[in-house]
Amino acid sequence: MITSRAANPKPLGALSHRIHPSASATSRLNGAHPTSQRQQRRGLATVQDGPPPKKTHFGGLKDQDRIFQNLYGHHGADLKSAMKYGDWYKTKEMLLKGHDWLISEIKASGLRGRGGAGFPSGMKWSFMNFKDWDKDTKPRYLVVNADEGEPGTCKDREIMRKDPHKLIEGCLVAGRAMNCSAAYIYIRGEFYHETTVLQRAIQEAYKEGLIGRNACGSGYDFDIFIHRGMGAYVCGEETSLIESLEGKPGKPRLKPPFPASVGLFGCPSTVANVETVAVAPTIIRRGASWFNSFGRERNSGTKLFCISGHVNNPCTVEEEMSIPLKELIDKHAGGVRGGWDNLKAIIPGGSSTPILPRNVCDDQLMDFDALKDSQSGLGTAAVIVMDKSTDVVRAISRLASFYKHESCGQCTPCREGSKWTEQIMKRFEKGQARAREIDMLQELTKQVEGHTICALGEAFAWPLQGLVRHFRPELEARVKGYVETHGGEARAGGWDHDANKKGLLISPGQ
Amino acid sequence: MASKVLPRFSRCIGQGFRRSIRAQCRNISCTPPAASEALQVHRDSPVNNPSIPFKFNEINNKLIAEILKRYPPQYKKAAVMPLLDLGQRQHGFTSISVMNEVARILEMPPMRVYEVATFYTMYNRDPVGRFHVQACTTTPCQLGGVGSDKIMAAIENHLGIHPGQTTEDGLFTFSEVECLGACVNAPMVQINDDYYEDLTPESTVTLLKALQASAEATGAAGGTAGIAGESTAGTGSTSGQPRGQSGQSGNVDEQAARGYAAKGVKMPSPGPMSGRKTCEPLAGLTALKEEPWGNEKLRTDGAL
Repeated sequence: MITSRAANPKPLGALSHRIHPSASATSRLNGAHPTSQRQQRRGLATVQDGPPPKKTHFGGLKDQDRIFQNLYGHHGADLKSAMKYGDWYKTKEMLLKGHDWLISEIKASGLRGRGGAGFPSGMKWSFMNFKDWDKDTKPRYLVVNADEGEPGTCKDREIMRKDPHKLIEGCLVAGRAMNCSAAYIYIRGEFYHETTVLQRAIQEAYKEGLIGRNACGSGYDFDIFIHRGMGAYVCGEETSLIESLEGKPGKPRLKPPFPASVGLFGCPSTVANVETVAVAPTIIRRGASWFNSFGRERNSGTKLFCISGHVNNPCTVEEEMSIPLKELIDKHAGGVRGGWDNLKAIIPGGSSTPILPRNVCDDQLMDFDALKDSQSGLGTAAVIVMDKSTDVVRAISRLASFYKHESCGQCTPCREGSKWTEQIMKRFEKGQARAREIDMLQELTKQVEGHTICALGEAFAWPLQGLVRHFRPELEARVKGYVETHGGEARAGGWDHDANKKGLLISPGQ
Repeated sequence: MASKVLPRFSRCIGQGFRRSIRAQCRNISCTPPAASEALQVHRDSPVNNPSIPFKFNEINNKLIAEILKRYPPQYKKAAVMPLLDLGQRQHGFTSISVMNEVARILEMPPMRVYEVATFYTMYNRDPVGRFHVQACTTTPCQLGGVGSDKIMAAIENHLGIHPGQTTEDGLFTFSEVECLGACVNAPMVQINDDYYEDLTPESTVTLLKALQASAEATGAAGGTAGIAGESTAGTGSTSGQPRGQSGQSGNVDEQAARGYAAKGVKMPSPGPMSGRKTCEPLAGLTALKEEPWGNEKLRTDGAL
């Protein structure tokens, strides 16, 4: 009926003048008509059903595409309101689909680990289902890394205290995909109230039969336990987290064996970040292609960004991956204090990613690959903004002392290197250093990087390298300023240039 | 011969003299600060020595039984961290007797427990005040808001102590800590289990005064919360009783009216002190303004 009318638009158009109520409908038809005519006129060379136009601009995520709807505490964290807003819907059907389907769905969604390294989650989960895994009688564990300690990062905390059921359901779904028998959620000890909320949510879920024996009526048994950390940043590393869960000091283990073969309590286990786990059920419910439609290729999905530092309205917000950094800050954080021109530098992904100066920030996209191209990293997407009033040397020096404090002391390069770099940076703050120490610092960090068991070595080396790379003039100016006020460049170790004349015992060879 | 020996001898005297002067001039102290987390060894003291008896109380024994169920039976020692925490909550700090008791319960060598207790910074191996004020000074807090420097100065001025020290009345212990993970709510302090965020020097002082007033009004002595046998501290995480911020329904709206009164003392409730609810932008929402989506947005390919 409609097609026959559309084929003859002219009288219809005339008709619409007379029959008023249907005017809008007919005009829509008229509007659609020219395109169909044009398609018919296309020559042989044109492709009829081409792929949809490539997305070139990212960001501006709609509310209906945000996964963490309760990020700002719109509703309660209890089971009833969680169910009202979509959690625990068709979980049984999901579980019954089996691990291969679940993993293929996660793979298709392009989800990459949200804990910092950005390893493709589907692939990581599939490592658990190695050959003959089902002949093994050992229990298998999913370990959720909620030991959120990276300076600048506060996304997992928001998930745990406002959307705990997303995390619990995620544990169940991810656990099913990996055929785990139990999940341990390792929460940092400072998050006491978050633990309370999560524990209550777990008890609710147990009571309703959503987890535990025969979870959701799917015939699959799954337990979730909480383990509180006690204040050690290094326990955010997967193997040290496992050590810590086993009741030992959290010192990272050498890999291999990887946790997927020998992990927690000697059993196959996988460590995953809270956000990675919590988004899994929604991805499966809404479809992998939905999740994959956000962000650039290989950087798909939505992501929680924590914007802190010198912005007008620091906040945590869920946005599309690959959003331009400037847009992210201007739109959600109310802009940099004093305007974008007042920007000095940005740490784009938590303390262990190298700092970016303003000229790089202007057109920086926030995703794994774009930031890697700028010699930084997305990390945990914790954006730390610094305006022109910032003492950038001091800011990085504070990070150096953070890493010195948090180094577990197991590997010499990290234990000693973090101390040395802290001392050097402390002196650079005041300019009590020699210009050649800039290169020494750079070299020192290069010696640490890659020579430690865990990534803490890189984590403390990178911000310093970033500082030397982009703010070398600032460091040199510090030294120069010291020369001007003290009458000479400081000697190695921060001694005054005339220290030995005063009879002070300074380092040999001076 | 003598002509050769003598100059050398006189030179030695001179060197020795110079050296002694230099030794006196060496004034950079290499002693670590006396914070409990920095000192890795145990020194017997009147309040902390192995002869002080420690036993878990009734409630905590139940909790221990509950905790042990979480771990495989052959890996009992995995419970060492929660047990030490319970002990700390009961005793007030992780004394050597707490560690020994935990080692006894978990059937592990005491040294393995000491290793754990010294590795993690949240075990206070020295007595702390009733309110353990931990101010975060890591870069995001240093930059955000008014900056943690001002908060540190405000606390130091008000309490008259430096980081690592306890006030004379035993009410406050002040420490400087690393990132506490509330960076968009910077600057912040953690007082016992509560986070107080979005601080200004004024609100920090108000907070400290309110805490002091509450301690005076309730007649709580200085020293630590656990010593008087208050074992309620550890119950929140396992029994699910709400404490403070995480209100019963988890609804943040209820917390909009900041503060609560106890025994006639008005206390600011934990959370941001700036009027924000949690982590949203202060100037108004930029996201999640619409009614949340329900199940109508789910996949339509029929896979589920």
